[in-house]
Amino acid sequence: MIRKLFDHFKKNIDPFLMGCIFFSCIVGLFVLYSASGESIERVLSQFMNILAALGIMWLAANTPPHYLERIALPLFILGLLLLIGVALFGEISHGARRWLNLGIGRIQPSELMKIAVPLMLAWYFAKREQSLRGIDFALGALLLVVPVGLIMKQPDLGTALIITAAGFYVLFLAGLSWKILGGLIVTSGLMAPVFWSMLHDYQRRRIEILFDPYQDPLGAGYHTIQASIALGSGGFAGKGWTNGTQSQLDFLPERTTDFIFAVFGEEFGFLGNVLLLILFLLLIGRGVVISSQAQSTFTRLLAGSITLTFFTYVFVNMGMVSGVLPVVGVPLPFVSYGGTSLVTILLGFGILMSIHSHKTLMSTS
Amino acid sequence: MRLRFEVKNHSLEHYQFGLRLSVLSALILICFSVLLGRFFYLQITKYDYFQTLAENNRVSLVPIVPNRGLILDRNGVILAQNFFVYTLEITPSKTPNVEETISKISELVEVSPEDRKRFNKLRAQSHNFESVPIRTHLNEVEAAKFAANHYQFPGVEIRSRLFRHYPLGNLGVHMIGYIGRINEADVRALEKSEDLSNYKGSDHIGKGGVEQYYEKQLHGTTGFQQIEMDADGEAVRVLSSTPPVSGDNLILSIDSKMQEIGEQAFGNHRGAMVAINPKNGEILSYVSMPTFNPNLFVDGIDKDTWKTLNESLDRPLINRPIRGIYPPGSTFKPFVAMAGLQEGRRSLPFSISDPGFYTLNGSSHQYRDWKPGGHGQVDIQKAITVSCDTFFYGLALDLGIDRLTSFVSHFGFGKKTGVDLASETAGLLPTPEWKWRRWKQRWYPGETVIVGIGQGYTLVTPMQLAQATAVLANNGVAMRPHLVSSIQKNNGLETELVAITKLDSLALDPNNIAIVKAGMVGVTQAGGTAASVAAGSSYNIAAKTGTAQVVGIKQGAKYNAGNLDERHRDHALFIAYAPAEDPKIAVAVIVENGGHGGSAAGPIARKIMDYYLLGKEPSEQNKTLNKMPEAQMIEDGPHD
Repeated sequence: MIRKLFDHFKKNIDPFLMGCIFFSCIVGLFVLYSASGESIERVLSQFMNILAALGIMWLAANTPPHYLERIALPLFILGLLLLIGVALFGEISHGARRWLNLGIGRIQPSELMKIAVPLMLAWYFAKREQSLRGIDFALGALLLVVPVGLIMKQPDLGTALIITAAGFYVLFLAGLSWKILGGLIVTSGLMAPVFWSMLHDYQRRRIEILFDPYQDPLGAGYHTIQASIALGSGGFAGKGWTNGTQSQLDFLPERTTDFIFAVFGEEFGFLGNVLLLILFLLLIGRGVVISSQAQSTFTRLLAGSITLTFFTYVFVNMGMVSGVLPVVGVPLPFVSYGGTSLVTILLGFGILMSIHSHKTLMSTS
Repeated sequence: MRLRFEVKNHSLEHYQFGLRLSVLSALILICFSVLLGRFFYLQITKYDYFQTLAENNRVSLVPIVPNRGLILDRNGVILAQNFFVYTLEITPSKTPNVEETISKISELVEVSPEDRKRFNKLRAQSHNFESVPIRTHLNEVEAAKFAANHYQFPGVEIRSRLFRHYPLGNLGVHMIGYIGRINEADVRALEKSEDLSNYKGSDHIGKGGVEQYYEKQLHGTTGFQQIEMDADGEAVRVLSSTPPVSGDNLILSIDSKMQEIGEQAFGNHRGAMVAINPKNGEILSYVSMPTFNPNLFVDGIDKDTWKTLNESLDRPLINRPIRGIYPPGSTFKPFVAMAGLQEGRRSLPFSISDPGFYTLNGSSHQYRDWKPGGHGQVDIQKAITVSCDTFFYGLALDLGIDRLTSFVSHFGFGKKTGVDLASETAGLLPTPEWKWRRWKQRWYPGETVIVGIGQGYTLVTPMQLAQATAVLANNGVAMRPHLVSSIQKNNGLETELVAITKLDSLALDPNNIAIVKAGMVGVTQAGGTAASVAAGSSYNIAAKTGTAQVVGIKQGAKYNAGNLDERHRDHALFIAYAPAEDPKIAVAVIVENGGHGGSAAGPIARKIMDYYLLGKEPSEQNKTLNKMPEAQMIEDGPHD
């Protein structure tokens, strides 16, 4: 009886993904313990975040994909309205207008769009697949540019980047013509100066610093330099858990959130980094397999976008910490402290699980 | 038809999708290879370079801890100061074998088992690259002896650290506070207030008293030195230096001599006393008994001493004036009387004939007066003077609980006084609404009756009682009570006076003030409940005695102090201000389990007022509270 209940409970949970997620979360908690200066309190609070996010993942895994198809449009419209609300009445904290106070609590609508945008685009292209034309891609691009523009304005470069990537993956997988893609790359090259002029000063500075962090070693280049020192001084096997001098002596800024990978790399070295890359690669690989086996256009596009967005998180964060990409606020999945991004990421994996486990059901019906 | 079309299109579209997914997968692999290459470059190829940078990093910026501000009394007597001591410290990560090193050190300088215990405790709390003291307070000879043999001890250094010292020891410890090692909760608080960066290099932080409340001012600003190091980590030269800014000095409004007289007056009794200048809110005396020695905490207190202090039945660690809560007993009556007069429920010459008890309509329960047989004909002024319970039972009921509590709250009851000390408690002024919230029970008229004599749920801190007395003495104008009267900045070159703030101003009818004050003056005159307190005094004292019950006495039973365990005896309370015509000092005294207010608490207040107003010091044999004869205690009895 209990066994049956348990079987039912885990029916839609993909064991391979679940195993990797479980292991990643454990690694994350250990790194957080060290990065937070051995604060049990911080670890417990993140543990609660993980439990909540896993609950949401379970719910998503048990929601058949056609329900998602139904809510795609309303969710997108809601997200867009909230974003407009933020632009008009949002609360400013740390110089950015990202939060909306709804009276019952504060929410960050841009986070919702990380799921709503790919959902909307996958729905749109699945609907139009019989008569797909260039104009559809133009419209798809518009559906992407409007929310991204609003988020850039907040400003929240990291989230804008993630959503752009998520939307782009849908467009690309839906069959965006190679010619247009080539044209886009050329145009964006030409448009770079315009884009440059639209950036906020601090964002511009971060890109300049990428090419030469020693321009301003105690100011804007500080993050990059200290993170490189942390990683580099970790060597092959690392300095050992909780013994990273860069991390423990406060040289690393934001070391529990966006820069936590530097703590990991300092304490576990090259070996640890490789193992972590493999762990993430396994998650991504499973996502690719699930997307390739998905049976409808909607689920294929959605699964592909979710998997690649996860990859984007990992690549942008690790790239930023190791100094190959500019500093943008993107957390490292499962490791960075914070509940919001964890929920978004595990919600994505829940959808992947749902797509995978509901596919036979669909073909027989 | 549609189905067929879909199937046909399906495979084409699927092929398209598969191709594109493969392209993206290739992109993923390329990106991960870039990361892998970058990690290899940073962690393998350039490892030595970054290792050196990391090493330099941690020693290049050396914080210079500022001198903590001094704490002085109103006459400039030092209450808290700093001095340098030599400490011997071990950095575990630089020391090959810590245990062996310690035993080698102990051949040169004495290392006691307590030193080892403390070292192990601190080591467990720190990282292995932080230095931890194994010995403190090295004398010159020991320091020289170690310096000569320094080469044998890698990772062991002599340092000079700033230590806090409280020259007067136990005196006023609850008001001064002490400093202790920064713990995790402190770090979190500093992080929140964004002060953490100013504590690089600081090990200590104020705990309790003004040391805690004025931490920001006392700490000062940390300076920094950028030091160039050679490969062995030895300092080569100073590149740049930002000097630290010393903390501000605090000047307290108390007089350490008067503080000493106050504390000695308690003898072996537990209790608290607060004296306030009613005109400006300056605290003149702040006693919490028993006391303890703050110097024990500076060095890191050992476990046994801590346990003794923490588990002592006398609870020396409790800051009684702001954390101790007591029923006010009859000291509450002047404020209730003022409420009755102001609200128009009582006036002169109205009087009652006191039979010695009070009953509610339709009830046989007798609310007894402390004096069997009663006080005869009693008006409101006499009711204060003789502490007539029956009068106040009826008055409380006439006022009603809501009107009563809302009026007396203007004297500061039921809320924090705002004194410059952390963790003050608010006491309790009960209302029917409070009782419902707290106990889910309705309010009974009998509960209003006993609030009239300061019993029931009513709870006050000694600080509140002193403040209320000061407000009454100052004709209804409440000044914020404060311990620090001025702050010396910039090494004493600038002095900033602490603002004297008016908290509240009650519009009291001068006639009503005169009635209550006359009642209180009567207390220390013949026929009053504390006539002996003012004996031989050259100035007039307005006062009120009080007794707070610790254990309940059954209906009809008689309180007999001799039959009760000492800790179950009543608390003695006493409030006073003087000179009655032009109040310069307002006092509240509580002697725990002391018995009657007039005889146990009154003499303590008298000694303080004598010193403050006349400069008179108590004679040697008269310094401590005299042990009261049992008979007198029974006679005075619990009059509530």
